[in-house]
Formats: sequence, C-alpha cells, structure tokens
Amino acid sequence: MAVLVTKDSNVIVQGITGKEGSFHAEQMIEYGTNVVGGVTPGKGGQTHLDRPVFNTVAEAVQQAGADVSVIFVPPPFAADAIMEAAAAGIKVIICITEGIPVQDMVKVRSYINDYDTRLIGPNCPGVITPGQAKCGIMPGFIHTPGKIGIVSRSGTLTYEAVDQVTKAGMGQSTCIGVGGDPIIGTTTKDAVELLMNDPDTEGIIMIGEIGGTMEADAARYIKEHGTKPVVGFIAGQTAPKGRTMGHAGAIVGGHEDTAEAKMKIMEECGIHVVKSPADIGSTMVKALN
Amino acid sequence: MNLHEYQGKSILTKYGVPIQNGYAADTVEEAMTKYDQLAKETGSPFAVVKAQIHAGGRGKGGGVKLAKNREEAKTHISNILGMQLKTPQTPGGMEGEGKQVNKILVAEDAYAPDFDANKEYYVSILMDRERKQNVIIHSTQGGMDIEAVAEETPDLVHKTYIDPELGMQGFNAREVAFNLGLEGTAFKNMTKFISKLYQAYLAADASLIEINPCLHTGDDRIIAVDCKFSVDDNALYRHKDIAEMRDTTEEDATEVEAQSYGLNFVNLDGNVGCMVNGAGLAMATMDIIKLSGGEPANFLDVGGTADAARVEQAFRIILRDDNVEAILINIFGGIVRCDRVAQGVVDAYKNIGDIKVPIIVRLQGTNADIAKDLIDNSGLNVRSAISLQDAAQEVQAVLA
Repeated sequence: MAVLVTKDSNVIVQGITGKEGSFHAEQMIEYGTNVVGGVTPGKGGQTHLDRPVFNTVAEAVQQAGADVSVIFVPPPFAADAIMEAAAAGIKVIICITEGIPVQDMVKVRSYINDYDTRLIGPNCPGVITPGQAKCGIMPGFIHTPGKIGIVSRSGTLTYEAVDQVTKAGMGQSTCIGVGGDPIIGTTTKDAVELLMNDPDTEGIIMIGEIGGTMEADAARYIKEHGTKPVVGFIAGQTAPKGRTMGHAGAIVGGHEDTAEAKMKIMEECGIHVVKSPADIGSTMVKALN
Repeated sequence: MNLHEYQGKSILTKYGVPIQNGYAADTVEEAMTKYDQLAKETGSPFAVVKAQIHAGGRGKGGGVKLAKNREEAKTHISNILGMQLKTPQTPGGMEGEGKQVNKILVAEDAYAPDFDANKEYYVSILMDRERKQNVIIHSTQGGMDIEAVAEETPDLVHKTYIDPELGMQGFNAREVAFNLGLEGTAFKNMTKFISKLYQAYLAADASLIEINPCLHTGDDRIIAVDCKFSVDDNALYRHKDIAEMRDTTEEDATEVEAQSYGLNFVNLDGNVGCMVNGAGLAMATMDIIKLSGGEPANFLDVGGTADAARVEQAFRIILRDDNVEAILINIFGGIVRCDRVAQGVVDAYKNIGDIKVPIIVRLQGTNADIAKDLIDNSGLNVRSAISLQDAAQEVQAVLA
C-alpha cells in the first residue's frame, strides 16, 4: 500500500495558478494523480486545469476532502502556506519551494508540532508512489511500480537512483525526496522508518549528502530496527569544508558531517554503502539476493 | 553572506548592542581623519587599527594593532591598508598568499584605562540544526578559539536554547549571565546585551553572530569588541540594506560571475571540470571524477533550465581554468529534455570554437537516445555516454 501518497490521496496544489504550480499540477494530473483542486488566495471559485480553485486550504479540505497538499508557493509566502495547510488539517504537506529563510522554517517546525500532519521538504522534488500518485516535480516516466523504497536529500540524484533501480529490473514502492535545506519536516530517519514499516517495500535506498547528522541518525535506527536491506550513498566525498554545495544544507561544518564520516557510521550499522553513485542499482540487486 | 566586522557592528548598534566604537576607512587620509575624530570623542590617543577582511585570526597575521599615539596610528594604518594579510583562515592559511586588505576599522581602545581589570567572554548565536532551535553559545573563555575550548574544556561551553515561538525570555538571558558568573551591574548589563543581541540576530535574519571577545570592562560594561556576522542568503530579499553590504572582492571572482548567469559554481583545485543539473547529482559527479582517477576542478549546478546560453556560459567559465584536462557534462533530463541540452552543447562548442580539452557528455532521462545521436553525429570531439558507469570509464580513458 506504499507510504504517504497513494491513488486514494486527495491532492491539492497550493499555488496552482502560478507558473510552476500550474505546470507541475498538469504533469501530476497527466500521471494519474488524484488532484482534487488547488488553492490561490483571491482566486477562489475559479476553475483551473478543470479543477476547482479555493481561497483557503480549509475550504479545499471541507469541500474537496483534500488530505495531501503540494506547495509551489514562492519563498516569501511558503512558510505561511505550510502553516495554513497544517492548521486546515492536511495530513501530508509536500513543500517543493526552494529558498525559504531558515528562521521561517524554525517557526514552522515548531508550529506544526501541534498538528497531526507530516511535512516533506522544503526544497525537495516531492513524493511519488509509482503507478498511483506523483506529488512533485520528478519525471514520472522513469519510475515503475515495485518494491524498492528510496529516500534522498536531492532531486536529480534521486532520479539517477530511480533509473538504475528500474533498469536493474526492479521498481519503486515510494520515493521520498526529504529536501536539501538545513531544516526540513521529515528527516532521512523518519522516511526510512516509514519505508521499514511498509509491507510493500522490500529494500531501501538511502541517499544522503554532506552536512548535518541525518544519515547517522538514520543509520543508528536501521542498526536497531532494520528488517530490510539498505543501500546507502553519500554525495560530496570531494566537497571542501565550509563551502555550501548548492543545497543550503550541504555544508561541512565539523568532522562528523563529512561524507567519509557518514559512510563509516552507515557501514558500521550494516548498510550496504556504495562509493560510486553508479553502483546503487546493482548493489541493491545483490543485497536482495 | 558574510559581513565585515564594521558592517556587523553597524547592525548591532541599530539594535542597541554596545560595541567597541570606531570608524571604517579605505585610505590613509580618511583613516587619519577618523582617528582624530575618535581621539576627540574618547579623549585618548589610544586606538586599535583593525583590518577588515572576511577571515578570523587577523591578529595573528598582524592585521590588528594597538596604537598609543597619532604617529603609531599612522604607521599601523599605512602598514595594514593594502597588505596581503595571512591568517589561519585565509586561503592556504599562514603559508598561503593571504587576502588584500582594502578597508580598515579605526576603533577605540575598549580595554583602557586598566587593562587587567577586563574580562573576556565568548558569545555567539546560531541555529542548531539538530534541535531546530536558535542557541546562544557562551563561555567565560573568551578571546580564544572556541572549538579548542570545546574540545579541551567542554564544561566551560554553555548552551541556552530559545523557544522558536515564544522567543527569548528573561530567564534565558539570566541563564547566560549566571553561567558567565556575573553579578550586580555587570549581570544586568549582560542580560540586556544578550536580549538585544538576540533581537539583532532575528531582525537581520542572521545565520551567525559571534562576539569574541565579548568584553566585561573594569566598570562593568559589556561590549562587543569583535563581531563575526553572517546573514541567511535566502532572507536577503527582505533586507535590501544588508544585501547592499555584500563585498564581492571577498569572493572568488569567477564564482561571482557565474552567479550573475544563474549558475551555482564553486571553484576547486582539480583537473576535471564538470557541469551538472542539480546540487546532489553535481556532488555525486565530483565523486565519480575522483573515483575515476581525476580531481574535480569545480562544482557546477546549471539549474533546472540548462539551455544553450547557460551551457555556453558554463563552458566558458570552466575552460578559463588552465588546470582543466577534461570536462564531464552530466545531465539527468526530467522536465529538461536531453536533446535540447545536447543541442546546447553542440551550439556552445561551435560558438566557442577552439576547445582543446576532451569533453564527455552523459545525458540520461527524457530523450536521452535522441541526444546521444545528436552528439555522436555532430562531428565534434565529444564523447557520449548514457549510464553513469560509462561516463566514469570515459573519464578514466581520457585521463590515462
């Protein structure tokens, strides 16, 4: 039954009438995602992509039964959009927006603690359960339904892993892009835990990068509770200290958040760590046999 | 974005944080005028001349000097302005080439009149990624390298976390002052100092404010003597005044230029350039280069719209580096169609003309096959690859 998003999810797009939101909402609908509407304050009552537009997320919840929201709102308004979705009762909030100020996210993280909701992102490609629902900006066609769950902080590197998995003859249960920012709603460990408890997932690919302790936390969880093979890769083995590598969160601060240190901890925790990102798919095949 | 000491202090002043007063200057004449002004205000000929560069440890390289009179001030100002200042934090460290000093701060001698009556503390505010809260790190061991203090005497480094929704409360500020062992007037001044510092931190969307040393004077005032100030790039849109403080001479010129084209570029020392879409894949591509026997010459994320114009700019920037022996282009086409990128590569190649280094193009995803045909039939000295493994082997072959 996969995790987070399925064919039964009632998905809305916050920022559906904007350029990005509109483009990707259309792609999501084309993929077969059950998009039940969108939200753009001030444009309530209109129709966009044959879907109703609401003024507030609360209306979308009441009138269209929305339970998943994908956010394409520009950075200055994105934190507000996340909090609105949480307050309205959305269960899974997926925020694609890149460039939200850190202090806004400090407040958001604290605010949503009081609600029964899960935030994915921000600064992420989204979540896809192949064959059921695509909630994000990933290219749908590279995915195929299957048993491998993927967790990643990156966009195109996730597509790379998906592609390798598909070409190796396996498919994906759910792929979760947790996001590249310093503060995100769902950590690598949280996402791994979801997939570990998902009966449809038989193996997990965990893709991390330099900066922070998320991969080490996930590795310790896997050591303790892991029941499925996990293949891991950390991007940024050659990244210099103290420089931000594209993602706001990808920066080596101390000696514990380097790729090398993370890979060592992951290996010690029983994860099949690959040094080359070209070996992700083939290593998963071996790990499953 | 990093600020200079004098810029950070100007923000602190705006929020009422007491600082070591001073004036910034770019020339010796201007600096001397400022010195005279300062001497008049403080009633003392003593002043500190401080190099303004984006690196710590300036004192170690001779970038901070105390002048006891006007003549000494002129000597220090003349020596420091324009010097290549080497500190443990400038590129290459104390053995490197250092950084040119274009600006200095002429500041009051905050330690006068009784040097021995002063105490130095350490105070910084930053966001703790693990706790997802802002934290005030403080210690009685000021004026030293805090990482060393944390390593050797971890119990002397204290942390006070601030509730994200409530903000700083009175007890948070008192906790800091108690931890620093203060009482009486100094205690009161420290709680005010901390509250105002936190206000400045939030108001400016700072990612770090570090006051080291934070001075406790003989007459119980609390003063920011030094100030390291970094601002969250994502928040600059709402701080136009701070955004204008950016000093691009402190940054790598090529990186600044790349940024103006919408390219996310970091200059490195290796021999294989790369051009990639997406930050994670870009880091992974650098790793592939290393595993194939090369060293990455750069990090370059061309972003979501890798069109011909951007590809050409990216090419030109990578090619400027004489150490580059090969270029690996790695694009995973999703929304971006690979054939468009391939056409961009071919066009850029023709526009630039004489490219001597071999180029490996790996395009995967939407229309990858069409893209490969396009590259293979272009007649250019470009090797195409489809899988990441193929790309790695091509890099290896080219370097062999």
